[in-house]
Formats: sequence, C-alpha cells, structure tokens
Amino acid sequence: MKKTNTSVLSTVVSGAIAATMICSAQAATDGQVKLGILADMGGTYADICGSGCVIAAEMAIEDFGGSVLGKPIEMVSADSQLKPDVASAIARKWVEDEGVDTIGGLVSSAVSGAVSKVNADSKNITLISGSASNSFTTKACNPYNVHWTYNVVALANGTVKPMVQAGKKKWFFITADYSFGHALEGMASKVINENGGEVLGNVRAPLGTTDFSSYILQAQASGADVVALANAGNDTVNALKAAAEFGLTEQMDVAGLLVFTPNAQAMDPATAGGMRLTSGFYWDMDDETRKWSKRFEQRHGAIPSMIHAGVYSVTTHYLNAVKTAGTDDSDIVMKTMKETKPSDFFARNATLRPDGRMIHDMLYVEIKKKEERKDKNDIYKIIKVIPGNEAYSPMLPQCNFS
Amino acid sequence: MNNMKLNLCLLALALLAPTLLYPVFLAKVLCFALFACAFNLLLGFAGLLSFGHAAFLGTGGYVTGYLMIHSGLTPEVAILLGTIAGGLLGAIFGKLAVKREGIYFAMVTLALAQLIFFFYLQAPFTNGEDGLQGVPRGALFGLIDLSDNMVMYYFVLVIFIAGYWLINRTIHSPFGQVLKAIRENEDRATSLGYDVNHYKWLAFVISAALAALAGSTKTLVFELASLTDVHWHMSGEVILMTLVGGVGTIFGPVLGAGFIVTMQNYLSGGEMGNYIHIIMGAVFVICVLSFRSGIVGQLMKFKRNNF
Repeated sequence: MKKTNTSVLSTVVSGAIAATMICSAQAATDGQVKLGILADMGGTYADICGSGCVIAAEMAIEDFGGSVLGKPIEMVSADSQLKPDVASAIARKWVEDEGVDTIGGLVSSAVSGAVSKVNADSKNITLISGSASNSFTTKACNPYNVHWTYNVVALANGTVKPMVQAGKKKWFFITADYSFGHALEGMASKVINENGGEVLGNVRAPLGTTDFSSYILQAQASGADVVALANAGNDTVNALKAAAEFGLTEQMDVAGLLVFTPNAQAMDPATAGGMRLTSGFYWDMDDETRKWSKRFEQRHGAIPSMIHAGVYSVTTHYLNAVKTAGTDDSDIVMKTMKETKPSDFFARNATLRPDGRMIHDMLYVEIKKKEERKDKNDIYKIIKVIPGNEAYSPMLPQCNFS
Repeated sequence: MNNMKLNLCLLALALLAPTLLYPVFLAKVLCFALFACAFNLLLGFAGLLSFGHAAFLGTGGYVTGYLMIHSGLTPEVAILLGTIAGGLLGAIFGKLAVKREGIYFAMVTLALAQLIFFFYLQAPFTNGEDGLQGVPRGALFGLIDLSDNMVMYYFVLVIFIAGYWLINRTIHSPFGQVLKAIRENEDRATSLGYDVNHYKWLAFVISAALAALAGSTKTLVFELASLTDVHWHMSGEVILMTLVGGVGTIFGPVLGAGFIVTMQNYLSGGEMGNYIHIIMGAVFVICVLSFRSGIVGQLMKFKRNNF
C-alpha cells in the first residue's frame, strides 16, 4: 500500500510540473485595450474620486468612440478601500491575470504608490489623477508614471506663497498622517521658509479622523497667524467644522491646502467663505468646462471635482496615444503621450513632461460667501490663472525618461 | 490510512491548483490558512481566545519587509528573523496574558495588540499609512529567483506544509494532550501536577511565531507590509475564518481561510464591494447560530451519523 502511495505522489508531482510549464504568462501587448479604475467607493475620498471617477472614465471611452485598434475598449473598476495592500493586490491581479493595460483613478498617495510599484514591475502605465504627492515624479519616479491634475508643489506655490507674501508669517499645520500629508506639509513649509515665514509646529491626524477637537486646541495654543490644513476630502470638512466650533476661525486664518469642489460645497459658507485655494479645474470657468460638466452632472448627480475632470482628460489622452501609435505596447504609448500635447477642456496650455508630470494652467480661487452664491453649485470665484511653469517645480534630471 | 489518502489528494490539488487559478491568490489563501491554523492551535486546542493575533502577523510582515528592503538578506533568513521577532513578541504578550482567563485574556491581548498597532502607525520605519512598499522578493538561498509567481506559490506551499505539519505534530504530542486537558478542565490539569500557565504560555509562543511566519510570507507574496495586517479587524477576521471552518479541527481553519479569502476576493471587485462587511457579518451570525462546529465540524458530524 505504501508503494502505491509513493507512485501516486510522484505521478501527481510530475503532472503538476508539466502543467506549470505549459501555462505561460499573459502578454500585455495583445492589441486589446483594457483600463482599470481604482477608486474609493465608500471612504473619506468617495466624493472626490469614487463612482464619479468610474463615470468620468466611461464618458471618455464613449466620447472616444468605444473602440481602438479595431477592438472594443474594456474597462474594469474596483474599490481600493484607501488601503495600499488591497490596491496592490487588485492591481497585481488585473495586470497579471486579467490583461489590464493601464490603471487610472487612484486617489490617496499611499494607494497610488503601491499600484505604481506593481505597474512599473510589469511595464504597465499608471495614470494618476487623484493623488497629490509629488513623489511619483521625483523620488519614486519611473518611466510608466503619468501624473495628471495637480500635485503638492502646485498647491503650495499657489496657495501658501501669496499668503506669506501678504504678511501671514507664522504657520501651524494639521496634517493627514500619510505620504500625501507629509509631502504637502514639507512642500508648504519649504515655501514658507523661503518667503521669510516661520513654521511654529505641526500635529498629525490619521486619515479618516472624525474628531479634530484635540488637534484644533493644539493649533489654537500655538499662537500662529495661519492654521494650514494639510489634508483632504472629509478630513478637511471635519477639521474646518471643529475649527469653527472652537472659535478658531475668528482668531486665526484657516488655509485649506487641498479643497475639492464637493468638499467646498459641504462646508458652511459662513466659515469657509473668503478662503483662497488652488485648484486644477473649476467647472464654471468657461463654456467648454460648463458643457462637459453639465453632461457629467446629469450622469453623476453632482458637479465634477478636478479629479473627475482629470480622469476624463488623461483617459482621452491615453486612448488618443494608443490610436496614434497603433499599438498598446506601454513603451511606445508612453513615448507618444509625451510627444503629443494634451488639449481639451481640462488641459490648458498643457504638456506631458518626460518625467511623467503633466504641466497645465492652475487656478487660484476664492470660496464665495453666502450672499455671493447664485445656487448650490456656485462655489468659487477665480482670482487668477497660474501658468503651469510657475505652479510646478522643474524636472529632476534623474527622472528624465525621454 | 484514510487520512493519508485525503492528505495526498489535497496535496495533489494544491500542486495542480496554480495551473487553473491565479497563483498570487492561492498564495494569499495559504498564508491566511497558516495564520488561521496558528490561531486555532490556541483557541481550538488550548481554549484561549486571543483577540490580538494581528500584532504577530504584522510584526512578522514588518520585520521581514524591512530586512528585505534594507539589509540584502536572502528571503529565507528574513522570514526566519520575522518569525523569531513574532515569537519574542508573543513570549512577552503571553507572559502577561496567561495570568488572566476568559474575556479578560481576550481583552489583555486586544489591548496589547492595539499598543503595537499605534507603535507601527507612528514608528518612522513603517512609513505609517503607506506601509513598506516595493519589498523585493529576492532569491531563495541566493539561487532561486522568487519574482515569478509560480515559483513563489510553491515556496509558500512548502512553508505552509511545514507550518501545518508542525501544528499537527504539536497537537498529537504529549504536550498537545496536556493542552487539551487544560481546555477541558483547567482545575483538574492543575491537580494532576501540570504547571498550567507555563503550558498556556508555550502554546501562545508557538501560535504567535507561526502567525508571524504567515505574516512574513504574506509580505513577500504581496511585496508589501501595511497597517491592515496589524489592525484589530485582522484579529477579528482570523476568528471568523477559524469559526467558519471549524474550531478545534485540524483542517477547519484552512477551509475557513479559503472560504473567507475567496469571498473577499470575488466581492471586492463587483457591485457588492460596499456590502462586503455586512455580508461577512451575516456569515458570522449564521455560522454561530446554526452550525457552531463550522464546515469541517459539521461534515464530521454528518459522517459519524451516516456512515
């Protein structure tokens, strides 16, 4: 009996090895374009890149005509739950097992970092629209990153610089405790110090904090001129709410370093009115943006955030590049994307640099006070347009992948 | 003999599975299966409900991940050190926790695990919410490149079988008999002259080390160590896996882990993604209300009654 078992075992093992040999890896360059959209379906950032990001990508595919290289364009989407491990597992499955060519959406820098690593290993393009950290085109740059919409450098240059120059010298930070918050705080501190200001202190709150009272009290005790909120999404809304409750908004200025339109909409105009910030897009800028935004609003039920518009814009640019290049090979498509200038309602005076950073005009806006608003979607007043070269930092030589 | 045949069949299945299914997914199932088996050693055989096992899983993962990124060690050494780190942490936790029983034991382990969670959240080397990203898989013994998913899967399978064998061996050893005696009646075990707390502590250390082994391996599979592994949700998930599969059975946790991981995998992508926690909660309630002995326990009962 023992002998039978051994022979059974050896048959099984050799069978398994043979089967492994036959099974080969799926190629990404199969002529079938498949997009993956990773978003936050039910978390802190659901308003700024949840189902809206999926809708924006769908619209881009439909407007493109639905097919490229003679085959219909496929799309899959999933919930990253804002966790890098979940995102990395989904991305790995998509590119290795399901033939996904490129992954877009990508809100939260921790998630984007994890996905970008997976994609770089398998030579798939990462279309980052929702994340702010500048690391994707600096210390974590790779030839397959495309960073659209905005980043922390543009936010710091756009929002912090004018305030420091206007005499608000002492700053205190309430920072989201992950790569995005750290990067934003670091970049803003640099801008403050360069312009003769001073950072008095900081406090770090975990992502998705609902009770900001202890952080607000620390900020209140700091004696700063400005309390900067280096966080985003519902974190900003909750922090500002707590700041108003503790009377902080009457003693000091509160600067939201990253405010998206859905969040600005959710804030009380009495406290948020007059706050100035930087955005990559505003729906009510001109006829072109209004036309697209109306279509988006009909499908999504709310006006687009800059991330939604960014997802549409980058997806369109990617599909155009695939069409021009005549292949879905990542290296060739990347080259084409960088050679052709993106131009649509979102990307104004835009170029995609060899490091993967998309440079375009940014907007310096002010949140309207209650009496200035015509309706619920009338949120920002555009103060000036910041040219791309002033907003973004120059390319690093080690990230030049031309 | 019957058991031998069953085990061979399962081995054959495990060897052939990656030709049909995605190897990384299977490797994930094996990692969680090992984690659940380690947990089951404590709950099923010593009757100790630990609510802080995520701390060991995460510690193994972080230590291995950190070593792989910064030290250039080969993966088997990094995994070994991760396992030892988890075991040491388990030794400290165990010493404190076995002094209490029942709900207090669970609360002490939960509290200590939360301590570890916040330590990893703030410690600079873990990168906070970002986690340790891009952990290289390296080359086994400096020879076999693990970056291929197939190779990685078979490596994980070997680790799993080793861990599973060790647990099996522990349960059937005289030491395991004493654990079962403690589970059934602690006072009687004491009166027979056994140092109950020492036995419990040893079981705790073995369980913690094996949980860390699972965490270390998981980090290599996903090339990532993150806070999810240390969060108390993870401690809850492993209880769910063990209960669904069948607490106190040897194969139950493996099946339970397979069931839960598969469910998470298929639900997270689709329309049902938002309801995953509700569905898992419902599964838990149904399991506790209608088949308390879990899938394997129920099957064994069925076999006993009908054959």
